[in-house]
Amino acid sequence: MERSCREKYVKAPVNKIIPFSSVDGPGNRTAVFLQSCNFNCRYCHNPETRKLCIHCGDCVKTCPAGALSMKEGRVLFDPEKCCSCDTCIKTCTHDASPKILYLDAEEVFERVRRQMPYIRGVTVSGGECTLHPQFLREFFEICQKNGLNTLLDSNGTLDLSEQEELLKVTDGVMLDIKAWDARQHREVTDCSNEMVLKNAVFLAERGKLAEVRTVVVPELFDAEQTVRRTVQLLAPYLVAGQIRYKIINYRPMGVRKEYAVYRTPTAEEMQHLKRIAEDGGFTDVIIV
Amino acid sequence: MRDISMERVNATRQEILDTVKCASLTHEQKVAALANKAISMMEVLDVPAGLDELMHQPIETKCICDLVEGNAPLRPRYIIPDYAKFMKEGSEFLQLDPPKDLFEALNSLLIFYKHVPSVTNFPVYVGALDELLEPFIDDVDEETAKKLLKLFMIHMDRTILDSFSHANVGPKATKAGRLLLEVEGELEHAVPNLTMKYDENITPDDFALAGVRAALKSAKPSFANHAMFREELTDGYVIASCYNGLRLGGGSYTLCRMILGNIAKRSENLKDFQENQLPYVMETMAAYMDERIRFEVEESGFFENNFLAKEGFIRRDLFTAMFGMVGLAECVNILMEKEGKTGRFGHSEEADALGVTIMEQIDAFNQVHVNPYCEATGGHFLLHAQVGISEDIDITPGTRIPIGEEPEELIDHLKNCAKYHRYFPSGTGDIFPIDVTVHRNPEFVLDIIKGAFREKLRYLSFYSSDSDVIRITGYLVKRSEIEKLEKGQAVLQDTTALGMGAKQNGKILQRKVR
Repeated sequence: MERSCREKYVKAPVNKIIPFSSVDGPGNRTAVFLQSCNFNCRYCHNPETRKLCIHCGDCVKTCPAGALSMKEGRVLFDPEKCCSCDTCIKTCTHDASPKILYLDAEEVFERVRRQMPYIRGVTVSGGECTLHPQFLREFFEICQKNGLNTLLDSNGTLDLSEQEELLKVTDGVMLDIKAWDARQHREVTDCSNEMVLKNAVFLAERGKLAEVRTVVVPELFDAEQTVRRTVQLLAPYLVAGQIRYKIINYRPMGVRKEYAVYRTPTAEEMQHLKRIAEDGGFTDVIIV
Repeated sequence: MRDISMERVNATRQEILDTVKCASLTHEQKVAALANKAISMMEVLDVPAGLDELMHQPIETKCICDLVEGNAPLRPRYIIPDYAKFMKEGSEFLQLDPPKDLFEALNSLLIFYKHVPSVTNFPVYVGALDELLEPFIDDVDEETAKKLLKLFMIHMDRTILDSFSHANVGPKATKAGRLLLEVEGELEHAVPNLTMKYDENITPDDFALAGVRAALKSAKPSFANHAMFREELTDGYVIASCYNGLRLGGGSYTLCRMILGNIAKRSENLKDFQENQLPYVMETMAAYMDERIRFEVEESGFFENNFLAKEGFIRRDLFTAMFGMVGLAECVNILMEKEGKTGRFGHSEEADALGVTIMEQIDAFNQVHVNPYCEATGGHFLLHAQVGISEDIDITPGTRIPIGEEPEELIDHLKNCAKYHRYFPSGTGDIFPIDVTVHRNPEFVLDIIKGAFREKLRYLSFYSSDSDVIRITGYLVKRSEIEKLEKGQAVLQDTTALGMGAKQNGKILQRKVR
């Protein structure tokens, strides 16, 4: 009986779980990071979360702790032996990680339950977490039943208007607006932003857009236009629910070396963008 | 009064001369030190046989320590005056009528503070400032009120020269409380220490968050589990000195501490520790405390003659005494080793369970031991997790996990704390330096406080990893003042010297940042 019960849950590739996070939404939250992303952001600061392992075995050879092994053509990871030195991440040439655990909603929740009652909620991030919508729905259902607030951190490429069941158990979404101009958005991410903007309005109308954020890379895209137009787009919906605008400094730390070439914005540039958002009616604007 | 040897007299005379000539002590610090030297030559207490062998030893082997209370206690260690009574009735001895406005209230309190003795000669409790000042706060406009509070707090910081002095706010939100928290966040003072009594069913979030914001700037307030303290000590409890829960209008006659790691060292094995060594040290320390209390109550004349008692600001029958301990971590680790086991305190279920067993034994002893002058707390002492003194080397305060051995994740650290805080109505607490990114999310800290208090943690302190004011073990010191003292310059507050010792011996600047 128990086994069949368990099988109703799908598994998702989990990169890591941070028990107490102060930077993934309001209050203290457990943050769950899922592996793999459909964007290719130039400034991605954790590129090892972008792809799933192709089991080439390169990292097995370099692991100093013997935590990785090959079995039947697949890389196996032993968390007990891992010394968290990240040699495998540095070795990998595919923007992946061998340290991924495939866990279902119940298994992830068991790792969240330990933090109760110290946390107010969970945030699922990535990678791009909406590549695993069924996992999200199952996980958030369990979280809400246990009194936890549920937040998604997403790039906005999944059409959320078609995810009614998921939205029912999602208290809010934190959405990246990586560039306003469609061409520039492609230059930043290799992808279109049409669905992102559609989702932004869809969520804002329903009071489920908790936060929008823009990473400011002065040489890569027009951040002023992005903030100005995003604020214009969303200001009419602020009555439906508070939306935070988080304006994030580009920092080269962790970025792939071929892209770690951009300059960091100045404090004045960031303040200027903050004023634009505030002038547009946003009252909760923070610079990170 | 018993004689002492000429050798001891001369050794003390040399210490007195050294104190007189010392370049890095202020005049006030010298006078206090000289008084301690004088009283150290007294032999009037009828101490238990065996005390000398346990107490007058080097720090590596000493099992009992009386924390420089002196050989002839002339006053209780900690005194908790009922300031509300003073505000209502004034004082005949101080020739003060009840204050009629905010100016008079602040002035009267500052006068009163100069007449509250303690082991440090400074008041260890300066009142529930929000409750005391709230009736007067609307006498003036808000800007003036804030200015007056600021001057009041500056006056305290520069004249109460010891950061074991403690103010309380909460659990109810008040205008006076809000203004005080704002002022304390701006001033970044070490004195007074400050606690917010917190109960999630009474304290509104915005008031608690004002406390968290102040703490991230000035390392105070700390947060006390109001529901837990009031259940144990009645509504009339306060937090004084480091983090000591005591009864309003009373205080603590004395605080002695057992150094548990050193008791483990002299034990052959766990059985010897539990059956012989620990019971023997507990019996000896309790007998010593009983004798100190007897002298204070029956011989010192304090409760007959001091104006605080005569005018009813304190009552003898609201006093208790604090049965202290340090170094549970070392004790557990040594005993685990002697049993041939590998687990360490804070990292192994077996080690932590042994810690609980030891605490249960100490608690059970205390529940049986009766002192006739501790009616305020059922005839028993209150257990106290002492925060250590600057000379302590390889002795971790109370039941804390040693600095440098903190679990990787804060949740595991908190789960360890939850096992031990319940034993200490007269105080325990853990301290967490917080990463600066949390400034943008003070709710993060409040969520942790809420969770912790539901899990029966008693007392938590936070400070920002980049702040100048830092919590040493229970008290506050400015890093910049420690640096002055390290260069041989005299500094205003005596606790800076303790902070310097703790920095050098206790690694307090190396706590794991959360």
